[in-house]
Amino acid sequence: MADTFAFVEARGGAIRKVAFEAITAARRVADASGGGEVHALAIGAPGLRAEMEQLGRFGADRVTVVEHAGLERYSPEVFAATAVAAIKAGGYRAAFFAASALGRDLTPRVAAGLGVGMASDVTAVDLSGDALLLKHPVYTGKAIATLRLVGSPAVVSLRPGAMAASEAPRAVRIETAVPALDPGAAHVVVTATEVSAAAKLDLGEAPVIVSGGRGLRAAENFKLVEDLADAFGNAAVGATRAVTDDGWRPSADQIGQTGRLVSPTLYVAVGISGAVQHLAGMRTSKVIVAINRDKDAPIFKLADYGIVGDLFEIVPRLTDAIRKIRAEG
Amino acid sequence: MAFAGVDFYQLDTLLSEEERAVRDTVRAWVDEHLMPIIGDCYVEGKFPKQLIPGLAELGMFGANLPEEYGCAGLNNVAYGLIMQELERGDSGIRSFASVQGGLVMYPIYAFGSEEQKKHWLPRLAAGKEIGCFGLTEPDFGSNPGGMITTAKETKEGWILNGTKMWITNGSQATVSVIWAKTGEIKDAKSIRGFIVPTNTKGYAAKDQKGKLSLRASDTSEIHLEDVHLPKDAILPKSGGLKSPLMCLTQARYGISWGAIGAAMACYDEAVTYAKTRVMFDKPIGATQIQQVRLADMLTEITKAQFITLQLGRLKDAGTMTPQQVSLAKRNNVSMACDCAREARRLLGANGILAEYHSMRHMANLESVYTYEGTHDMHSLILGQEITGLAAF
Amino acid sequence: MKIAVCLKRVPDTDMRFAVAADGKSLDLSGLKFDMSDFDGYAVEVALRLNEQQGPGEVTVVGLGPDAVQETLRKALSMGADRGVHLAAAEVPFDGLAIAQALAAELAGQGYDLILFGRVATDTGNGMVGPMTAELLQLPCVTAISHLDIKDGRGTAHRELEGARETVSFPLPAVLTIDEGIARPRLPSLKGIMAAKKKPVESRPAALGPIRLTVDKLELPPERAGGRIVGEGPDAVPELVRLLREEAKVI
Repeated sequence: MADTFAFVEARGGAIRKVAFEAITAARRVADASGGGEVHALAIGAPGLRAEMEQLGRFGADRVTVVEHAGLERYSPEVFAATAVAAIKAGGYRAAFFAASALGRDLTPRVAAGLGVGMASDVTAVDLSGDALLLKHPVYTGKAIATLRLVGSPAVVSLRPGAMAASEAPRAVRIETAVPALDPGAAHVVVTATEVSAAAKLDLGEAPVIVSGGRGLRAAENFKLVEDLADAFGNAAVGATRAVTDDGWRPSADQIGQTGRLVSPTLYVAVGISGAVQHLAGMRTSKVIVAINRDKDAPIFKLADYGIVGDLFEIVPRLTDAIRKIRAEG
Repeated sequence: MAFAGVDFYQLDTLLSEEERAVRDTVRAWVDEHLMPIIGDCYVEGKFPKQLIPGLAELGMFGANLPEEYGCAGLNNVAYGLIMQELERGDSGIRSFASVQGGLVMYPIYAFGSEEQKKHWLPRLAAGKEIGCFGLTEPDFGSNPGGMITTAKETKEGWILNGTKMWITNGSQATVSVIWAKTGEIKDAKSIRGFIVPTNTKGYAAKDQKGKLSLRASDTSEIHLEDVHLPKDAILPKSGGLKSPLMCLTQARYGISWGAIGAAMACYDEAVTYAKTRVMFDKPIGATQIQQVRLADMLTEITKAQFITLQLGRLKDAGTMTPQQVSLAKRNNVSMACDCAREARRLLGANGILAEYHSMRHMANLESVYTYEGTHDMHSLILGQEITGLAAF
Repeated sequence: MKIAVCLKRVPDTDMRFAVAADGKSLDLSGLKFDMSDFDGYAVEVALRLNEQQGPGEVTVVGLGPDAVQETLRKALSMGADRGVHLAAAEVPFDGLAIAQALAAELAGQGYDLILFGRVATDTGNGMVGPMTAELLQLPCVTAISHLDIKDGRGTAHRELEGARETVSFPLPAVLTIDEGIARPRLPSLKGIMAAKKKPVESRPAALGPIRLTVDKLELPPERAGGRIVGEGPDAVPELVRLLREEAKVI
């Protein structure tokens, strides 16, 4: 029987979905160890406490809320020092964080501060004797490693969305604490957080590419593709050779045999039939989605997921759906 | 995706770390800067001169010449690997670098005075001057000793008259190494080299139009009409036909490597296509005819790689003979022609498009087959070497 | 500025990828190795900083078997000044063990900046940089996409999900570099020759204890392909569900 720890990530005073996933993982390990408590820690500006009740739904037994006017934004030093202190005090078997932008920054510091081992970007968690067994994608996703992490506490960051949060209601106790370091004494200061579509990403670097073909019928209809890319927030816009030849898009956007060879995590082909010239440039993408009116288009043979139909109806719907998901965080 | 090369026999293990590093740098440069534009350049018949500063910055001109003249001071295997990687992109680009390094910088280095070397080599290495090599004439291709361009000595210097043809970089060049007879027309021993700035009065170059090969490279005719040069324009250590022939040995050496690059490009494209192109519900690579094609290509490329690496080692040891270069040039270019043609056929109708590379290489290699000693001339050079009897 | 860049030598698995017979490591046969992608950006950032801000020194540090020296020399051929090889029979998967060796090497050397790539392309851990910072008690900003250094302070951007943070920090500091910040230069041919003459010191790596190991390595499930989710806009919710729950890409 052992207690576990979960870090509650919040932004703009609201809990992010990844926090529930961390609590779910912590609950699972606590239960697997014979039923300990799950203790959560949330750090932020005053007002955060009001959000904490919902954490009980996913299995948190206790939440410690650290509120401070100087913590409206992320402060790496304050967050790390406060988490280290809380984890040390709790004597936990394992501590779970999100492998989000914040979590990827915070978690390694916490592990190093505690002097314990850590596994990052984990997609599945299992307890086996004195070790945690953790799945983690390696070699840019070409393989999945099962990692063995020994020692207590085991620090783990979880790939967002990889393990869905599941409900396991508890009566949650909410406590308050002060930061382990005065935010005014921090050396590293986040001076601005600009909410916006990400800066224009390069095709070679973007995790998501939304690409358009002749099926868009006119240059101005690329707006649909741009909107979808914008909804993803981390997407670049690509095009087929036919489209760049016609001057609808700059030739630098061309994906294919003579253009860019790309392998994003997600490739969305909009109105692209899938000429072999184009497929040569994107076939190594991890997940391919195709939207095309012709059900016999070659792109559907390669695509993991296809929707047959009018892209002018489908794409705006998809854009709305992606926007909604990202807003929920 | 980056080009991975063709290395069936782990020849990489026979290369030094810096040889591999040089190869990888040029390979990455070609992927990044040349491949995206070469198809269009070829169709439009334009040499991509915007690439010259980049080539120079990496040190690809005259890379086997010493550092004291602004060059990289590489060995000849590394130099060969540069040619291989450039020609993996396009024979025209490799030709440009071959001419600049092997046919302009090399003769200045080998036959020039110290002043000439100090003046010209750093500028040529930096791409600030572009060179061309004037040997071949309209009526004297395989027989350069018969040339009729003359250099007459005067009190002030030299006066050149004549016509040169099939001159790579001719219209781009700012400086030309011109070979001319200083004595009787029959006297091949009187052939000397001259450094001719192309803005000298009486010098004119114009592009040869209508080429169906090497379309991304400029090929020009040069007219020399009473071109007055100062005394120090002559390459003092040049003497006789053997001087330009020494230059050709340099260039042919580079071509031997370059041809492998073109063949590798075609093989690579053919393999990728064979694995991905589906016909009758299976990849065409699953058919016997395409597998035979690919097996033949891989075998011939591998053999050529061994010949050429050893040729480079001999050149670095100072024991390479021109006849050994003839064998490699003859074998490798012919082999590359075969690979390009078979790859083009494997690609079916797509193979005739400029966005694939095999047909471009196929057309280019016909020029490479013909220039710097035709395939047949190299047969005769080898024949003479074997029998001791000249058949030309 | 005196800048250290920590490099990792990783296999290039773009061309072929196979699991070795032991079921938990990569089959290395026929694989080429190179500097991890993000580390190239870190080297470029270091070189540019010193080119822009006057003379300095860029030290590249690599941990692993002797072959790591080749990767260090690649950075030297790009323009770095000297290399430090921390010799170890293999590079452990455990980030903290590596960070402890690096911290021992980097401590007290007077570096103004210590740079890392955001994440290594083999392990995908992304933890050694911030861990090293914590061990050295230095300010740290991770995954930066933009950097300005002025009067002993730095300003960096980092991309969050749907937002961008601007972060201010004092020097000395540890930074991890995201791609896109400055495209790495190719080593020039002269640079390759010059690198042979630049110093590379080698000493044993003082690795920390190993707590994280690989039990198993397996290929992800095969791509099914050719699956039509549905017709028309009504198929969108199902597509989104599959992308989230099955493909796990959004």
